[in-house]
Amino acid sequence: MTGKIIKLSLKSIMNNKMRSFLTMLGIIIGVMAVVILVSITQGATNGITESISSMGSDSISAQITDEDVSLTIEQVEELSDNYLIESTAPIITASETIKKSSNTSSGSIKGVTEDYFDVMQAAIQSGRIIRSSDVDYSTKVAVIGTDVAMDLFDTWDAVGGTITIGDKIYTVVGVLEEEGSSFSGSDNSSVLIPITSAQRLVGSESITSFYAKSTSSDTVEMAVNYLENYLYQLTSSEDSYSVSNESDVLDTMDDVSSTMSLLLGGIAAISLVVGGIGIMNIMLVSVSERTKEIGIRKSIGAKRRHILTQFLCEACILSVLGGLIGLLFSWCVIYCYNYFAESTVEINKAIAAAAIVFCAVIGVGFGSYPAAKASKLQPIDALHTA
Amino acid sequence: MIRLKNICKSYQLGEVKVEVLKNVNLHVKPHEFVSILGPSGSGKSTLMNIIGCLDVPDSGDYILDGNYVDDCTDNELSDIRGKKIGFIFQQFNLLSDLTAYENVEMPLLYRKIPKSERRERTLKTLEQVGLKDRMDHKPSQLSGGQQQRVAIARVLAAEPSIILADEPTGNLDSTSGNEIMEIIKGLWRQGNTIVLITHDINVANQAQRKVYVRDGRLSSKGEA
Repeated sequence: MTGKIIKLSLKSIMNNKMRSFLTMLGIIIGVMAVVILVSITQGATNGITESISSMGSDSISAQITDEDVSLTIEQVEELSDNYLIESTAPIITASETIKKSSNTSSGSIKGVTEDYFDVMQAAIQSGRIIRSSDVDYSTKVAVIGTDVAMDLFDTWDAVGGTITIGDKIYTVVGVLEEEGSSFSGSDNSSVLIPITSAQRLVGSESITSFYAKSTSSDTVEMAVNYLENYLYQLTSSEDSYSVSNESDVLDTMDDVSSTMSLLLGGIAAISLVVGGIGIMNIMLVSVSERTKEIGIRKSIGAKRRHILTQFLCEACILSVLGGLIGLLFSWCVIYCYNYFAESTVEINKAIAAAAIVFCAVIGVGFGSYPAAKASKLQPIDALHTA
Repeated sequence: MIRLKNICKSYQLGEVKVEVLKNVNLHVKPHEFVSILGPSGSGKSTLMNIIGCLDVPDSGDYILDGNYVDDCTDNELSDIRGKKIGFIFQQFNLLSDLTAYENVEMPLLYRKIPKSERRERTLKTLEQVGLKDRMDHKPSQLSGGQQQRVAIARVLAAEPSIILADEPTGNLDSTSGNEIMEIIKGLWRQGNTIVLITHDINVANQAQRKVYVRDGRLSSKGEA
C-alpha cells in the first residue's frame, strides 16, 4: 500500500512536470541558499583557522599605542628573562619605497632581530635569515617575501640580488617560504631588514610593538598577564597598550563564524519556509482540481486516511525531491566555486542532512492543511463537481 | 436486503428549501433486479446516493443487510461503499491517470487485499468483461462502451452485495448500451442484486420489477 501511494504520488507529480518543478523551485532555491552559504562560510573560516593555528598558539603580540611611551631593543629583549617568556622579537616598521631598477614593490618594511624568525615561525626557502651580527653592525641586508621577490625579480630566486630601500642599497640574503594568511598577516609581501638598520631608516630608536613566545602553550595566559602588567606599569593607562594571543583570535574567529553561519542559514531558512507556502498553495489548487477524483476514490471505498496519506505523501515528495535537487545544484555550484576560486570548500554534511529533514517537515507541515481539506470532502459533493 | 423506511431528504437551494424525497419506502430483496424510473429532477439520483451511502437522509431509517446505516461513521460508510456496494455511473467515473488494470485494482487496494489475490481477481473480472487485452490502456484510450465495461469490472472485482447503476447507458450509443445491459442482466442471472436508475422505459423494462419516482414519492405504477 505504501509503495503504491508513493508510486501514485510520483505519477501525479510527473503528470504536471512544469507545475511540479515551479513548485519545487522555492524549495530548491531555499536548500541551495542554506547549503551553499553555510558551507562556504565554514570553508573560509576553516582555512583561516588552520593557518592561524599552524603558527602555534604560544605567540603573543603586543603594541604600545601611547605616542609618548616606547621601549628600546634591550628592554624588549630583557623581557625574555622572565621564566614565562621564551623569546621576544621587537619590530620597527618603516614605509619607504622598495625598488629594483624600474620595478617597485608595495611591500612593508620590518626591522627585526634574529629571534623574529623563531617567534613568528618564519622559515626561509633559500639563503639565510637576519643574524644577530647583522643587527650589531646594522648591515644592509634584507630577507624578502615571495610577493616582493616576484615584484622585483620576477622570480623567487632572488638571493644575491640588490634592492633599493629609500636611497640605500640592500643585498637580498634570503627569501621566505610562501605562507597562508594569518591574524598577524603573512610575510609574503614583507621586506625584513636588521632592526638597527630600520632605526636609521626611520630616524628613531623607539620600539612600539613586539612579538613574544611563551615557554609553553599552557602558560600563554600567564605570559599575556605578565606582559600586560609590565606595559601597564610603563604606560600607567589601560588604554595605551594591547596584548593579544592567537588563541583569543581563534576563539573570536570561531564566534564570528558560527554567528555568521547561523545568520546566513537563518535568512536562507526563511526562503525554505516561503517555498513551503508555495507547496501549500499548489496542493490546495490540486485538491480543488481533483475533487472529482477524490469523489470517485471515496465511492469505491477510500477512507479519510487514504485520501489524507495520498495528498500528504504528494506534498512530502514534492518538498523532499525539491530538497534533493537543491542539494545536487548546491554540489554543482560548490564544485564550480572550488574550480574557479581554487579553494576546497566541502558541502557541510550536517547542514545538508538538516536541510533535507527540514524539507520533509515543511512537506508534512504545509501539506497537512490541503490534505485534511481533501479528506473531509463529502463524496456526494466531490462526485458532482464537473 | 435493502429496506428504506420513511426516508426524507431536502436541500437548501438559496432561500428555498427543496424537498427532494418525501417519506420514501422501498424494499429490495436479495437477487432482485429493480429499476427506478423517473424524469430528471424527480429525486431518483438522490435516492440512489442514499442507497449507495454517498449521502445520508434527513430522517427515516436505512437498513442494509440488517444494519442501520444512519448511525455509521464516515469510515464505516467508506467500508460499506468499498465492500457491499458497487457503483456503475453514467460518466463511468474512472481515474483518468490510471490504466484499466489499476482502476479495477483500486477498491481492493483500499481493502488491503493481498497482492496475489488482488491480481487474480483483477485479471479474472477484466477477462469477464472482455478487456483483458486492453488492461494497460488508460481510460482516454478506450471507447465509451469499453470504459463502462472497465467500471463494471471494478465493481465485480470488489464482489459487492448490491450493484447500483445510475443511467449506465446514458452516455453510450445504442449498440454499446445494449452490450452493457446484456452484461448487467448476466450479472443478475449470476445471483447479484441490482438496482438500476434510468429515465428510459426501454432500459427499465429489462428489469424484474419497476418502481416509479415522481416529485419525491415512490409508486409501483405510473408513467415515466
